Amino acid sequence: MSFFSEALWVLLLGSLLGLELIGKVPPTLHTPLMSGANAISGITMLAALTLIIQSGDNLPLLIIGSISLGFALFNVIGGFLVTDRMLAMFSRKKTLK
Amino acid sequence: MTLIGPIKFAIDLLAVLLLALGIKGLSKVRSAREANRLAAIAMLLAAFGVLMNSQGTIGISIHSWVWIISGTLIGGLLGAITAKKVPMTAMPEIVALFNGCGGMSSLLVALGVALFPSSEGSDGVVSELVRNFSIVVSLFVGAITFSGSIVAMAKLQGWLLTPSWTQSKSRHFFNILCAVLALIGGIYLSIDGQNGLFLLVVASSFLGIGVTLPIGGADMPVVISLLNSYSGVAAAAAGFVVGSQLLIVAGAMVGAAGLILTQVMCDGMNRSLVSVLFGGALGASSVTGGGGGEYKNITSCSPEECALTLEAAERVVIVPGYGLAVAQAQHTLREVTRVLESADIEVTYAIHPVAGRMPGHMNVLLAEADVPYEQLKEMDVINPEFPATDVVLVLGANDVVNPQAKNDQTSPLYGMPVLDVQEARTVFVVKRGMSAGYSGIKNDLFDLQNTSMVFGDAKKVLGDLLVELKELGVGSKG
Repeated sequence: MSFFSEALWVLLLGSLLGLELIGKVPPTLHTPLMSGANAISGITMLAALTLIIQSGDNLPLLIIGSISLGFALFNVIGGFLVTDRMLAMFSRKKTLK
Repeated sequence: MTLIGPIKFAIDLLAVLLLALGIKGLSKVRSAREANRLAAIAMLLAAFGVLMNSQGTIGISIHSWVWIISGTLIGGLLGAITAKKVPMTAMPEIVALFNGCGGMSSLLVALGVALFPSSEGSDGVVSELVRNFSIVVSLFVGAITFSGSIVAMAKLQGWLLTPSWTQSKSRHFFNILCAVLALIGGIYLSIDGQNGLFLLVVASSFLGIGVTLPIGGADMPVVISLLNSYSGVAAAAAGFVVGSQLLIVAGAMVGAAGLILTQVMCDGMNRSLVSVLFGGALGASSVTGGGGGEYKNITSCSPEECALTLEAAERVVIVPGYGLAVAQAQHTLREVTRVLESADIEVTYAIHPVAGRMPGHMNVLLAEADVPYEQLKEMDVINPEFPATDVVLVLGANDVVNPQAKNDQTSPLYGMPVLDVQEARTVFVVKRGMSAGYSGIKNDLFDLQNTSMVFGDAKKVLGDLLVELKELGVGSKG
């Protein structure tokens, strides 16, 4: 049970950290922040990687893992790029001035 | 070889630190772009850590590499293309789509582990019951996130309408039935790790659909934000399934941060999360109490009259809203304001915190149309300036300019922060028809003496306005 109890602490502290991280967000950034946080939630790609690595020669499992990895990376790469695209438009306006 | 463990540990710690800094930085304009990159680097590091650790300890077979690389290439490439191609107006639905895929990924991991339990997730450190329970949570939340996000996207795209049965009480029975079935499936699955799997996944998927389908377009961003939070929870659950602390921290952080963001959005709209989730679409329930009544004194006018008034103005304030975003009229708007500016008319934009299709979306759209950042004024800054304003042009906004929120204590809108446009000398409201805003409440602004309605689609009206202004010779200095 040691992993489990440790993991519960991690879960608790991680949640508290998340609650504290964003207190005051200017409305301008709500959309980019949502999109960025969304990209980070694609961190589940690590689980997909682990699944593939540990599945040995089990073909159905390899395929499930690979599809899962594809979905996660679609989320991660798409999410970060689209967030950057949005934020780039803000910074361009600033440097122009 | 013995160094691999500590190095992996160090990489994980660094990745968590960077992710936290990333989320933090994303909430400040100055640091947002760097923060986004920081978070991306953290993800790369984390993936590298997993690969390095596995290669060094158990080794990664060629098979695995092939499937890792193909999954990465296909998913990554599609993601990159989607991110480059998608128009800025479609941002809410694209966030929903990405988010749904994240949920699907967690679901598939749990599915894989549940179907082939031999693939020991974490070298047996997690007791069987705990692992089964993690699988249940991951499947349940992952399925809701996926089906809910896809429905949200389809509704925002206009591919799905709101079926009438979802507005009646029967939807609650449907949802409760789905929840109960999912619970039964979940209990079965946590006990023996096999049975109930199919029931759980199908029932949770239908629950996601049943909850999201009745929600109206304007409330959808709140739902997407909430689902975003769920996908963090799903990731954390997947972390329990495969035994990864890093995944648990990151998932928990995103889940909690998403919850806060959802709350912030609700506050801006003067809605409670409960009423968004259970109140049904378009405030069908909110017409009770005050705020009703007929319009008595509507003045409508043509784009031509509007152009004449604009020509004579010195200070113009634009109030862009949901309707502008839906009509994709931000570029036409920019052309109109360019003409006005070249005639030495001062133009500013009043941005309500929830303007656009989701909070902050309007800033993105106007930035895309090359509107200078410093012309965008937030509500608290612009409100004292309305009395000194000649013309206010309201484009597809409704509830956010309703004076009832300040004047009428019986109104459901009472207390919501609004833009005081009625203080200006003349107000033009560009709107497709007399239908109410998403709150379903009459807008007293339309009845005022100094308000004129210009009926039509925002893009079309702005196009006509542009023509009229040019015919009047506005801005063409000779």
